[in-house]
Amino acid sequence: MTPMIAVKDLSKTFVLHLQGSTRLPVFDAVSFEVAAGECLALVGPSGAGKSTLLRSLYGNYRPDGGSLAVRHEGGAVDLMTAEPRTVLTLRRRTIGHVSQFLRVIPRVATLDVVAEPAIALGEAPESARARAAALLERLNIAPGMHGLAPATFSGGEQQRVNVARGFLVDYPVLLLDEPTASLDTANRDVVVDLILEARARGAAVVGIFHDAAVRDRVADRCFDLSAFRTAA
Amino acid sequence: MSAPLLQVEALGHRFGRIVACRDIAFAMHAGEVLGIVGESGSGKTTLLNCLAGRLAPTCGRVLYDMRVKGSTDLYALSEPERRLLMRTDLGFVTQNPRDALRMGISAGGNVGERLMVNGARHYGAIRDSAADWLGRVELDPGRMDDRPGTYSGGMQQRLQIAKTLVVKPRLVFMDEPTGGLDVSVQARLLDLLRGLVRELGLSAVIVTHDLAVARLLADRLMVMRAGEVVEQGLTDQVLDDPHHPYTQLLVSSVLQP
Repeated sequence: MTPMIAVKDLSKTFVLHLQGSTRLPVFDAVSFEVAAGECLALVGPSGAGKSTLLRSLYGNYRPDGGSLAVRHEGGAVDLMTAEPRTVLTLRRRTIGHVSQFLRVIPRVATLDVVAEPAIALGEAPESARARAAALLERLNIAPGMHGLAPATFSGGEQQRVNVARGFLVDYPVLLLDEPTASLDTANRDVVVDLILEARARGAAVVGIFHDAAVRDRVADRCFDLSAFRTAA
Repeated sequence: MSAPLLQVEALGHRFGRIVACRDIAFAMHAGEVLGIVGESGSGKTTLLNCLAGRLAPTCGRVLYDMRVKGSTDLYALSEPERRLLMRTDLGFVTQNPRDALRMGISAGGNVGERLMVNGARHYGAIRDSAADWLGRVELDPGRMDDRPGTYSGGMQQRLQIAKTLVVKPRLVFMDEPTGGLDVSVQARLLDLLRGLVRELGLSAVIVTHDLAVARLLADRLMVMRAGEVVEQGLTDQVLDDPHHPYTQLLVSSVLQP
């Protein structure tokens, strides 16, 4: 079976031109595959490059070498060489991303923040907003807050808005950067259920989960990045 | 795959001995929003004027996918042909709305005039259309008979946007559309622009020195310095993982409020 994500010989070094052209090698010769319905957990100490790898899978960071193929509408797209508009199409239809921190346009109401990805895919705004409201309530964001912009929310609330936004559309690929980091037990369990449901419908999931209990429940494989550290 | 809406080949412009921009090449497809960032004097506005048909480049070509003729060099068109294209297909929003508005005629007249130039003749229909567009840019249609001079700076900028979009252009060029406005007015204008670009499926090239504006509006970004494009790509890629020393400088220079 063809994998949903195929990473081959990926390498990334940051060069800080303004700070004496310091070279920060992050990883080198990283290769792995993730199939539909599978969940791969990226592990390694802080600074091992887990978030850098995850951001590369979203097309947000540009690795220096290797290839990074994502199955998209029957074909495979290499994010390393894809044109900007192709990457944007992938993000709209194929790759969902829950980042560590919510980054939204100011002044947009929570409900619209969450419903936006579905509306962009052509869903009627009323139905997308209704589903968004249901998902937010499942994540214990009370209806009274749906009309407010999330900027003033607490860290945990923002994180749940972020999760809702990433799970409203059934993306074939899901990238999760610490989706449960600032959540209490009850909310953490909801997120675990959401991840398991996504896997059950066939989503390929790559995630960073510092909480070992969460990792054990959602992931079936670990990928240790510290082994791919290049010497500085 | 469809042909690009705009294709730029080896474009350069010089003012006498001064090279304003050189070796610019890119393709843009329908529905894309391209941001051009860079410090003042880096050639952004010169490039924008060349792209928009307002300034003939010293070298290179600007190919635009015309509705009937297909891909055509803007500057190989005859003067009347290019002018027709510029008032139907291409829109231009300047930083200072007073450069684009006619201050001696009413706000509604400013908007309606664009329709008349393109052949509309029914006064009632023109007036309705003008009122509709004033409403869409959140201006009170009840003030459509007032002159633009009685409007505030932010209102004038919205009026200019209405005047530009009323003829339903396919590609809009904007030169610092939110420059010179106070932050709350700028925020509303950005919300408005973002909504309009999405709702109308507009293609746009936006020159700005404000990286936050670029992140909000542009799908992709070109970073210019001393007349050359030093880095380009997806907006968040360029801003979150800048590779060129100048882009790194630009990104690290932004002040956080």
